[in-house]
Amino acid sequence: MAPPPDHRRPIKRVAISDQQRRRELALRVQADRRSDAQNRARQLASSVLSLGPVTEVEPELEQEQEMSDASDQSGGRTELDPVRAASLRGPEVRRWFATQLMLPEWMVDVPPLLDSDWYVFPRPSGKRCFVVSSNGTTVSRLRNGSILHRFPSSLPNGARTKDVSGPSSSYSILDCIFHEADETYYVIDMVCWRGYSLYDCTAEFRFFWLNSKLSETGASDPPSQYHRYRFNVVQIYECNLIGLQAAYLGQVSYVKDGLLFYNKHAHYQAGNTPLALVWKDNVCSQYVLDTDNQGQIPSQQQVVLELQNDGSLTTSDDPPVALGCLSRDMIAQYGLRVGNLVRVEVRDDSVKLVDGKLDLGDLQLVGKPNRSRAFADTYSKVLFQYAARRAPLRIEDLVASIQSNPSVENSQALDIEMEG
Amino acid sequence: MAMEITQALLAAQSPDGQTRTVAEANLKQFQEQNLPQFLLSLSIELSNDQKPPESRRLAGIILKNSLDAKDSARKEHLTQQWVSVDPSIKFQIKESLLRTLGSSVAEARHTSSQVIAKVASIEIPRKEWQDLIGKLLGSVTQAFAPGSLKQATLETLGYVCEEVAPRDLEQDQVNAVLTAVVQGMTSAEPNSDVHLAAIRALYNALDFAQTNFENQIERNFIMKVVCETAVSKESAEIRQAAFECLVAIASIYYDYLEQYMQTLFNLTAEAVRGDEEPVALQAIEFWSTLAEEEMERQDDCVALDELNSPLLHFHFVDKALESLVPMLLETLLKQEEDQDQDDTVWNLSMAGGTCLGLVSKTVGDKVVPLVMPFVERNITKADWRSREAATFAFGSILEGPSVEKLSPLARSGFEFLLSAMKDQSSHVRDTTAWTLGRVFELVHRPVSGDPVINEKNLPGIMTVLLDSIRDVPNVAEKVCGSLYFLAQGYEDAGPASKALTPYYESMITALLSTADRAGISNVRLRASAYETLNEVVRCSYVPDTLNTTAQLLQEITRRVMHTVDLQVVSSDDREKQSDLQALLCGGLQVIIQKLGGSEGKSVILQMADEMMMVFLRVFGCRSATVHEEAMLAIGALAYVTGVDFAKYMPEFYKFLEMGLTNFEEYQVCSISVGVVGDICRALDDKILPYCDGIMTVLLKDLSNAMLNRSVKPPIFSSFGDIALAIGENFDKYLPYAAPMMQSASEMCMHLDTSDDDMVEYINQLRRGIFEAYSGMLQGFKNSKPEIMLPYAGSLVQFIEAVFKDHSSDDLVTKAAVAALGDLADALGGRIKELLVGSPFYDELLSECLLSDDDVLKETAGWAEALIQHILQS
Repeated sequence: MAPPPDHRRPIKRVAISDQQRRRELALRVQADRRSDAQNRARQLASSVLSLGPVTEVEPELEQEQEMSDASDQSGGRTELDPVRAASLRGPEVRRWFATQLMLPEWMVDVPPLLDSDWYVFPRPSGKRCFVVSSNGTTVSRLRNGSILHRFPSSLPNGARTKDVSGPSSSYSILDCIFHEADETYYVIDMVCWRGYSLYDCTAEFRFFWLNSKLSETGASDPPSQYHRYRFNVVQIYECNLIGLQAAYLGQVSYVKDGLLFYNKHAHYQAGNTPLALVWKDNVCSQYVLDTDNQGQIPSQQQVVLELQNDGSLTTSDDPPVALGCLSRDMIAQYGLRVGNLVRVEVRDDSVKLVDGKLDLGDLQLVGKPNRSRAFADTYSKVLFQYAARRAPLRIEDLVASIQSNPSVENSQALDIEMEG
Repeated sequence: MAMEITQALLAAQSPDGQTRTVAEANLKQFQEQNLPQFLLSLSIELSNDQKPPESRRLAGIILKNSLDAKDSARKEHLTQQWVSVDPSIKFQIKESLLRTLGSSVAEARHTSSQVIAKVASIEIPRKEWQDLIGKLLGSVTQAFAPGSLKQATLETLGYVCEEVAPRDLEQDQVNAVLTAVVQGMTSAEPNSDVHLAAIRALYNALDFAQTNFENQIERNFIMKVVCETAVSKESAEIRQAAFECLVAIASIYYDYLEQYMQTLFNLTAEAVRGDEEPVALQAIEFWSTLAEEEMERQDDCVALDELNSPLLHFHFVDKALESLVPMLLETLLKQEEDQDQDDTVWNLSMAGGTCLGLVSKTVGDKVVPLVMPFVERNITKADWRSREAATFAFGSILEGPSVEKLSPLARSGFEFLLSAMKDQSSHVRDTTAWTLGRVFELVHRPVSGDPVINEKNLPGIMTVLLDSIRDVPNVAEKVCGSLYFLAQGYEDAGPASKALTPYYESMITALLSTADRAGISNVRLRASAYETLNEVVRCSYVPDTLNTTAQLLQEITRRVMHTVDLQVVSSDDREKQSDLQALLCGGLQVIIQKLGGSEGKSVILQMADEMMMVFLRVFGCRSATVHEEAMLAIGALAYVTGVDFAKYMPEFYKFLEMGLTNFEEYQVCSISVGVVGDICRALDDKILPYCDGIMTVLLKDLSNAMLNRSVKPPIFSSFGDIALAIGENFDKYLPYAAPMMQSASEMCMHLDTSDDDMVEYINQLRRGIFEAYSGMLQGFKNSKPEIMLPYAGSLVQFIEAVFKDHSSDDLVTKAAVAALGDLADALGGRIKELLVGSPFYDELLSECLLSDDDVLKETAGWAEALIQHILQS
């Protein structure tokens, strides 16, 4: 029987050409990766480090603009987008950086599978920052985008020394807490290493990489001429009974400020995430309750919220959660504008819990927060602080959940407890 | 000499190896010492009726091979060689060839007409041998020429038309050719061999007949003769050739068909219903071609609606639909008993179903009510032909009509189709499994609101498919196809792809045992099983399937290991081993990619050593080349392991080099070049020790004229990868690489942009060159950017040339703008004057800033900021 004409494919012949498909996919992936690699080198090396310092005092108007934009952008942004960063100037730098750190939610109930799926470590007290090393220099930037230090370090390409391994344009980004007392950067996460992004890697892998790579560099050595500050790795524990106890009670070289819990499977995600949690009590932190502008613990809980155009006050979550509202009179009285951050006092008599959600009711304005504040509080923080003054989540609860394999009832019980 | 060459030609075909070798050497020596004489001797040998047919045959073959080759570089060489032969000798050779057309030996005539066409393909475009057509026509129109001469001459005319492009013949030559051919077809000519040669020549000459088709009278005449020939009583071969002409006319001269459509419909319908199969198949092909032509015109209407002269679109298929569809449905009942055994079978039923499929794609929903009654009427009949035809008809119309129209039918037909997988006829089961696959491929929309496959019917579907995969091989193969498309439906479906999770393990088990069962006795089934396995893995929902996939990874690794130990005695064994390794390494590649980018990364890292060992052993199975599939998988693995890949380099390197130097199998070379990029990104500067070797080979590849051109753009890109990875250490390669980039840029400016393929190639080349510049600029930026200064001017010039030429695509523009930014970034103030002298950049960037493409816009913004900075400083 004659075959069909050359160009005519019989309809019934199953046309699976897997190999061609794989070839094409592989080529596409390679092309994408090449452009990623070139973009990374292009953007970070030339832009992040050369961005000017942030002017500390800015006109009020600019800050307003900034706040509303920041909330617009927070959705859907998951990775450093340095093409964007390259064109940023002044206040935009702050906003940009502010959206890049992974921010833990506050632990208001115990997540399931705490012992198998989570790590725990004692959080150093200090300034949370990004440390970027590239092109022979190292820069640390605070969450609000301002530069903390610019210094030489033993991080890859972190100082102008002869012994450079790898292209000096490759950069590394560490997520750190700067601890003033011993002038040490405590590294709590690794975001990029020698130009390679770890964003899409699990916490398990990032911590593994952090531990094995940082020690190769000498960054943990004592300070020297080309290494201004020491970088220390924080000891990370499996969140079983032994690990939790070690993190909670163990001696560390820094002042503890609560415990951080990281879900092992979570990727590095910019912004607030429930896959990283912070918890504290009086044993592991000096700062359980929030302070006011003067650094004092107020008698009533105070929260920082953002004013919306309908008069409601919202958290910095995405999407924002409305917790209460201000009267028109008060808005007018204080000359507040949409997007302003306000410090308000929580009054017990007007607080309601509706369907497990907190409603602070009418709020008493206490004032405006520090200028350096870029964000309102998150919902989980408000809730944690609220509970901390009444029926806190205790270390015993964490221990119990590990022992009993936490279940749904457990978290419901906590919700109810908080009502009282 | 004449006598000697006869001997040599005969001896070169001797069964005795020794004799053959000596004869071949003699011929070669003759050829090298005096090519013109050699060719002349061959042509004389061919023309001499006194010589044995064997020596004449070989003489013809050598002549042909001295004039033409598949490989374009070789062909160019042969062309030049012929052109430089002394004109008087060429004249003698051509005269011999023309003389041979009058030979009494049919084979010699046939060979000679082919050689003449090859010579014509070289000379006619150069405006040489201008009297060829005249001479040929002289033989045809000569009243008393013997039929054999006329036949051979017409055949030659056909071949010549096939070899040369329409622009190379003058209109009066075309007219004369057509006149001669048409005369040869008319009944005034008594010889049916001449008729056949004439109608075949017409087929080749149709491309030249544009002007003649534009003229109503000439067109009518040509169409009349072709249509008469299509019902010629002489032979089915002649009628078939006439229908082949009609098929060609349908595609080349669609615009002029309207007035003939009624006639053509009747002609084709009669042929489909009553003529011999080869003729009927061409008649069906006429409608398939028409349908394709109209689909293209529909697409073009959409794409070109702003142009003033849209392509004509007469909706012939649509208008003929009510008679056409019943005609095609009848053909479906004309199956052959063993048609499912052979994948390439082409008979009335296949051609009819294929045509019906094209008709559906052309007219969409309208076909459904015309086909469904046939399906319903036949699907439960007692004879298998009716049931199979009904299912085939249903399966054929699933592409084209809207999903809305088809969903209810598919949904209500599911139950029936599933039960038909138990039909006593394997033909019915085969077609049913295929139809299910078509439903999954074309009608299934898992993320739509109301998917055809849902949690209610999925369990039943899976039970039947996993059971039927054990059916006879041809049915099992179709079942694999169904599973493939079922899985593919869930690609990129996010959590919706969880739907298949419960069946993941059993699908894998079933596919593996199908592959085992097929073994080497049914390679098609085995390939289908493995390829389906890949698709099932690719489309699975990893968080759920991680463990099973990890086990599969181990199983496949074990299977590859097993192939290495297979006993290989013959080259046939080697090929079988290699085929199986291809399938399995393909599977590994899919798994590496699937898990490497997700939660499964640690699985890949753990298995990396073992997999790498297996790949190296697969490479070890062959001596001269490397396995393309293993190479692809290694690229994927390098990306996942990152810098740890360094430990494999000492052993892997020689195979990489082998791949990079394999320019005969350019796909292998191309993939190896891609792997260089993967490894650069994985190893960074750890690749340095291997760069001397890699760069040497890549530079050689670039200057190799035999290497398929498609490999060259990725080589430039890989220069960029290497430079980015090793930074300043690239300096020693720069003096070699940069001139290559410059001359390739030059070449881009002078290539012919009228050919779409060439434009695509130019764009790939441009992109590769820009990526090379970018990688180098970035690589040198921090240590010695000034090293790039001498090349800044030619880069800017190249960017300008690309910008001003409007054939470049978005990807090229993006790469150009990025390279411009990198230049500014790396060289800063040092290129201030260059920028001031090249004001075009402003226009380029402004254009990009207005683009809809965000990435392009951002890159342009970035480049602009850098340039502004330079100009203001």
